[in-house]
Amino acid sequence: MSRYSAFSLIKNALSGHKNWKRTWRAAEPKPHYDVIIVGGGGHGLATAYYLAKEHGIRNVAVLEKGGLGSGNIGRNTTIVRSNYILPANTRFYEHSMKLWEGLSNDLNYNMMFSQRGVINLAHTPGQMDAFARRGNAILLEGVDAELLDTEEISRRVPGLYTGQNTRFPIVGGLCQPRGGTARHDAVAWGYARGADKYGVDIIEHCEVTGFIKDGDTVTGVKTTRGDISAPKVAISVAGNTSTVMKLASIDKMPIESHVLQAFVTEPLKPLINTVVTFGAGHLYISQSDKGGLVFGGDLDGYNSYAQRGNLPIFEHVAAAAVTMFPNLARLKLLRNWGGIMDMSMDGSPIICTGPLPGMYLNAGWCYGGFKATPAAGWCFAHTIANDAPHALNADFTLDRFYNGRQLDERGAGPYPAHQ
Amino acid sequence: MIIKCPHCGPREASEYTYIGDASIQRPDHNDTDMEKWSDYVFMRENPRGAHMEHWQHTSGCRSFVKVLRDTVTHEISDVTLEGPWQAEDKS
Ligand SMILES: Cc1cc2nc3c(=O)[nH]c(=O)nc-3n(C[C@H](O)[C@H](O)[C@H](O)COP(=O)(O)OP(=O)(O)OC[C@H]3O[C@@H](n4cnc5c(N)ncnc54)[C@H](O)[C@@H]3O)c2cc1C
Ligand SMILES: [Zn+2]
Repeated sequence: MSRYSAFSLIKNALSGHKNWKRTWRAAEPKPHYDVIIVGGGGHGLATAYYLAKEHGIRNVAVLEKGGLGSGNIGRNTTIVRSNYILPANTRFYEHSMKLWEGLSNDLNYNMMFSQRGVINLAHTPGQMDAFARRGNAILLEGVDAELLDTEEISRRVPGLYTGQNTRFPIVGGLCQPRGGTARHDAVAWGYARGADKYGVDIIEHCEVTGFIKDGDTVTGVKTTRGDISAPKVAISVAGNTSTVMKLASIDKMPIESHVLQAFVTEPLKPLINTVVTFGAGHLYISQSDKGGLVFGGDLDGYNSYAQRGNLPIFEHVAAAAVTMFPNLARLKLLRNWGGIMDMSMDGSPIICTGPLPGMYLNAGWCYGGFKATPAAGWCFAHTIANDAPHALNADFTLDRFYNGRQLDERGAGPYPAHQ
Repeated sequence: MIIKCPHCGPREASEYTYIGDASIQRPDHNDTDMEKWSDYVFMRENPRGAHMEHWQHTSGCRSFVKVLRDTVTHEISDVTLEGPWQAEDKS
């Protein structure tokens, strides 16, 4: 595989861009691997990459039922941040942030990772107090946080309406300067290329339809492209976790599947050079390098496996966007779509061994799994290689729901729609 | 999505509040088995397909209704009143 560089770009430009090599091989499934990863989303691909790179486990297959990147990795609004308040979450997401900061170099693939800052707006003095507390807790963990007053916010985000003539005037905000966005497709492609380089087989259009078991122990999978055996089978299927676990006769999970929508407007000249979130409703907005405004809000609100959303959320999100940025009112929307997410009952993820012998589970990513991609892959690979979690994911167990150790970042109780 | 309220007739889903999975059964209050309570509070079947769920017609008659909905197509095949009113439901 050739390295990408300025030189390779010039060389290929001179031959009319007709000689670029395939980014990863179209592998045929072999009958046996050391590790099978079910799900070729960002997390599955990152897991394969770190298994090969950090643990020398290279006889690995990633099985993807559709095309690579057809799941949530290609559907999200690309926000990356690490400003969590529970120590287990802060440490994990900060590890992810550090991996992001070196990822383009590590993978020799441009992630277009842009640390343009993430600003959360506050609309009441109470919310400002909560932000101050959150910011201080974050600073104590060694992560960056900055409390902003309205003046500073209008300076940074000129299009934002910061006047008083509105139902929820802005009184300030909390910023994570190192937060930002990345190119979601590049994450899938970069990890796929990186894993392929180490010999990992990436097998697309290969759906897992059942598990092969010896007693309780999982020893392989049945797929639309034949049976494949492996002593370690790792599940990383995001919104499809419950359906895949049912194939292994695990009928209940602390997860519900819900649809989240994303929206993109027609391209504009540079307008918003950071990420802004509305604090009196739910809206997050940023501008892509192509110029489109990318935004999203709440879940549709009821269990869904349909990768499309409803109209009320569309209206709600558009209304919130115009409340914040009145100058967007006459803008046309170009596209919108939905993705199915694995909403866990405490809003935090699961990365663990089991629940059956021979099985490993990475799930429960809710809204926030894109920013987690590097660390989730890194920790899941560690867990698979060592048959034990790393300290960074030791709290992300499945049995925490049975022993009172839920990680409820939002303090919202058992409810599958944590933001 | 339109849900047919037994009192008010067909109404837009945004008039309703979604409550959730109606298949889970709350254990008896005197039952101290932690595992049963954890199952009740946290564990869900989360089916792809037919799902029995609680909704409330909050912007209408405020009745609680049980809805049988497909989680892939959103097709609604049954709506009934909850609790003792179920028997009076003639819709
Ligand atoms: C609209 C939207 C906006 C979002 N915005 C953000 C954001 O701004 N920031 C953030 O951090 N997160 C965000 N997220 C969440 C994030 O995208 C997900 O949590 C994350 O991508 C999930 O991990 P993944 O990439 O591995 O998932 P996916 O890409 O969904 O990968 C799972 C894969 O498993 C495959 N699969 C399923 N069943 C089988 C089977 N039986 N056999 C084989 N393969 C199977 C699927 O086809 C899929 O490709 C957003 C999500 C959505 C939908
Ligand atoms: Zn009614």
